[in-house]
Amino acid sequence: MRKFYASFIYTLLYLPIAVLIVYSFNASKYTIGWKGFSFMWYEKLLEHGSLLDAAWHSVSVAFSSAVLATTLGTLGALALFRYDFFGKKIFNTLVYVLIMSPEIVMGISLLMLFVFISLPLGFTTLLIAHITFCMPFVIVTVLARLNGFDKNIIEAAKDLGASEFKTFVNIILPNIIPAIVAGFLLSLTLSFDDVIISFFVTGPDYEILPLKIYSMVKLGVKPEINALCTIMFVFTLVMVLFSQFLIKEKK
Amino acid sequence: MNRLSLFAKLSISLVVFWLILFALFPNLLVIGISFLTKSESDFFTFAFSTESYTKLLNPVYLSVFLDSLYLAFITTVMTLILAYPFAYIIATVPKKYKFLLLLLVIIPFWTSSLVRTYALIAILKTKGLLNAFLLSLGLINEPLQIMYTEVAVFIGMVYTLLPFMILPLYVSIEKIDFKLVEAAKDLGASKLNIFKTIIIPLSLPGIIAGSTLVFLPALGMFFIPDILGGAKELIVGSFIRNQFLLFRDWPFGSAASVILLIIMFIMLAFLAKSQKIESSRDKA
Repeated sequence: MRKFYASFIYTLLYLPIAVLIVYSFNASKYTIGWKGFSFMWYEKLLEHGSLLDAAWHSVSVAFSSAVLATTLGTLGALALFRYDFFGKKIFNTLVYVLIMSPEIVMGISLLMLFVFISLPLGFTTLLIAHITFCMPFVIVTVLARLNGFDKNIIEAAKDLGASEFKTFVNIILPNIIPAIVAGFLLSLTLSFDDVIISFFVTGPDYEILPLKIYSMVKLGVKPEINALCTIMFVFTLVMVLFSQFLIKEKK
Repeated sequence: MNRLSLFAKLSISLVVFWLILFALFPNLLVIGISFLTKSESDFFTFAFSTESYTKLLNPVYLSVFLDSLYLAFITTVMTLILAYPFAYIIATVPKKYKFLLLLLVIIPFWTSSLVRTYALIAILKTKGLLNAFLLSLGLINEPLQIMYTEVAVFIGMVYTLLPFMILPLYVSIEKIDFKLVEAAKDLGASKLNIFKTIIIPLSLPGIIAGSTLVFLPALGMFFIPDILGGAKELIVGSFIRNQFLLFRDWPFGSAASVILLIIMFIMLAFLAKSQKIESSRDKA
């Protein structure tokens, strides 16, 4: 009974994705029925210029925002773990509120800000938005690792005359590297997959993959989208496996 | 407070500055603009009014909110019913299987909800897998129209948000001290009674956390109803989007967003309270 129910839920979770992947290799144009194995939809993707542009945009935004969000998030986690400062409690609360905050509200609030300071919508605005929604996740991931950290080691380093910065680089950083990399991979995935916030903060001439898929789906299903979604799923899969492996290591 | 080094000062101000500029300030902007007046030529004019909020009380808009709350509520209840036994099973399997079983939940958790919504189409459409399956079993004589109905939206919401319910439930059920269950059994408690008086209360923080994680996104989501429901019914998400991108009525759209923020804070207060109870119990 237990096994049956568990398999039922796993089937529920994976069946649509499995169907998507299978159809992405189907030679038939109409997704019903199997007409043999083929890479034709993947080849079609490669001929699709605007899709390739969108893919490149997505990768650039995801990569740059992940680097910056990870840097800021790591410093933020360190601040929460190590220091007492004015407004620390508010800062801590803000991090959790940001994680739970409705995406649509974050999207429109940033849109209003960008219009307000007349920053043209495009790469920069996407970058700012993605850093903002990824950073709290990095903070939480790194903080979890820091909380398992022996504070005595830091004290020892200090007693031996290490500066704050040196303690960070030589003692803390090597210990929390797995969490930092995990935070980076999660940011990469979050940014790569985001629809709602990006919908508001990107301009008409800077398309990214999820939004491209969204507009393609609205116009009617094309088999190329199966291939594109399969690629996006595989990307996420690799990121998750890698980050879970890092988080799990030495716990 | 001890004196902070330059490094500490720099890193704290950088992060705090970022959050104030790009998280706090934009949200205050939303609240502020919701009290201004709509303008025909511009997005808004600087004149205080509560007009946007009174406009929300119009039955047409009120029903948008009620429909969305209904959609989010039913989605939450359905995911809870589906996820609870599953989370319980995962939390109680032998340790060596746990990591793998959990990993299989985390993968869809991180997979784009757009990709997963899109994946559902092949199953739900008239010539899709579900209809083919039901036809071959002889349960139905002609294909059911599922796509572009309310049912499709519910299926899409539950399917997409299920992992958000499973994970917090798992975390809190795993923490339960099963010696209590043993003791209750020895004292002759029935299975139902054990479930009602031990398991449910002890997993309450997980139930609240999971419900928050499902309810809030379900409330603000606009692309699942758009893609699977054909956007026949207006929900808050698409309503807010339209106010900003179509009608250019910033104060009205902001007012609707403020309502969403208020709902979020109510749910977060519940969450914080339940976690406080849990951590005080952990210490005891």
